[in-house]
Amino acid sequence: MTGLDLAFATTGLITAAAAALAVTTRHVVHSALWLVVTLLGLAGCYLVLGAELVALVQVLVYVGAVVVLVIVALMLTRAPIGPRAEHTTGPAHRVLAACVGAGTGGLVAAVLLPTAARTPVRPGGSEELARQIFSTWVWPFELLSLLLLAALVGAFAVAGLTTSQEGTR
Amino acid sequence: MSLLEISLRSLAALAAVLVLPLVAGQAEHKVMAHMQGRLGPMYAGGFHGWAQLVADGVKFVQKEDITPAAADRSVFRLAPAVALIPYVIAIALLPIHPGLAAAEVPGSVLLVLAVIGVGVLGTLMAGWASANKYALVGGMRSAAQLLAYELPLVLSVASVAMAAGTLSLAGVVEAWTPWWLVWQLPGAIVFLIAATAELQRVPFDAPIADSEVVMGPWTEYTGLRFAFFMLAEYAGMVVMGLLFGILWLGGWQGPFAEQLGWLWTLLKGALIVLLIIWIRVSWPRMREDQLQRLAWTVLVPLALAQLALTAIGVVVTT
Repeated sequence: MTGLDLAFATTGLITAAAAALAVTTRHVVHSALWLVVTLLGLAGCYLVLGAELVALVQVLVYVGAVVVLVIVALMLTRAPIGPRAEHTTGPAHRVLAACVGAGTGGLVAAVLLPTAARTPVRPGGSEELARQIFSTWVWPFELLSLLLLAALVGAFAVAGLTTSQEGTR
Repeated sequence: MSLLEISLRSLAALAAVLVLPLVAGQAEHKVMAHMQGRLGPMYAGGFHGWAQLVADGVKFVQKEDITPAAADRSVFRLAPAVALIPYVIAIALLPIHPGLAAAEVPGSVLLVLAVIGVGVLGTLMAGWASANKYALVGGMRSAAQLLAYELPLVLSVASVAMAAGTLSLAGVVEAWTPWWLVWQLPGAIVFLIAATAELQRVPFDAPIADSEVVMGPWTEYTGLRFAFFMLAEYAGMVVMGLLFGILWLGGWQGPFAEQLGWLWTLLKGALIVLLIIWIRVSWPRMREDQLQRLAWTVLVPLALAQLALTAIGVVVTT
């Protein structure tokens, strides 16, 4: 048990606890804020594992942009202070959700745990990462950005920002 | 690194966060006053009212700490800390002298941007948890503004990182040459505008404009918690000024950099802080839609063009 092990266990525990709170709290905005703690904890995990760049990008993109977007969306719709009854679900739904969660978790564990052995960690500096992204993984990377662009255009279409049907809106 | 050294470095960063914003605030009092042909605070402390901000601090400490009955107590109380702490971390990362920063990390450029992005959350939490419609409207305004200006900010910094070929702030300073003043000029302008907007200072202060939404997300705050928000604003000004000096003006580079490097860094940072104050005095507030249009139709394309220009420069010169 080294210091790094301890640090990893701590950040992992914080991440798991915050994630559990994020899905169980009845305050909608609290849920988003617990998500922030979860993502920061995950960044901490990456940091302990030696992947600084991934950790920093995690904070920059997920905490700085995605979660802020989630909170803005909540504020724009309806996120009053205090617990809300309409967001809670019946026992049947909860059992079903727990089953799905446990199933997914079990599946991931079944796939990952057999591979869990001592493996030498490749030095994950930013240069090595950049080389990998822009050589080996360049096509998946570009396809992902295309997918995001398609989603963006789709969002525009759904939001009705096209000018062709000005009169009918 | 020993425990003593770690605590010394942390204390130095904390002292910088407590002292430099006060200097910036005092400079703002006096510079604004002289630019507007008036005196500003003149009595506190004797010489030109130098103790005015100390007196303000004492006043803030004496005030009652009120949490509105309808507010979400825990989030409301936590928000000022969430707004302030990112800037403490950011200031700790800035290298002010060759080989001297409170915390040296490899990807410090990214880390500074990341923690500044987290600071937005404090404003959002304050706006939502106050249970006040002015606070909520202000919170939404600031969220939209900060999201819009985060992108040009990151893109312009990315251009500098690309030109230097490193993600470390100290590495950027070492790679800097006077030629960058021309080559990276569009990115520098984008950064200055985006940084002013990120700090929600005039002319981008629609989220906290007192004549529109009282004080925006800070409406319900009093005493020390309000002072924390103000401190965060001025600390942010110092961080952005120093960051500009480090990334675009060559940080500690200058005559006798080995001995006087820290002085050059601070002077360059102070110059940018003065510029931000000057902008505040010179321009009227922008409307919400003008803010968004400026970010998305001017700054983002300009930052992308700068990125392309930098890429061409890097490819040609290497």
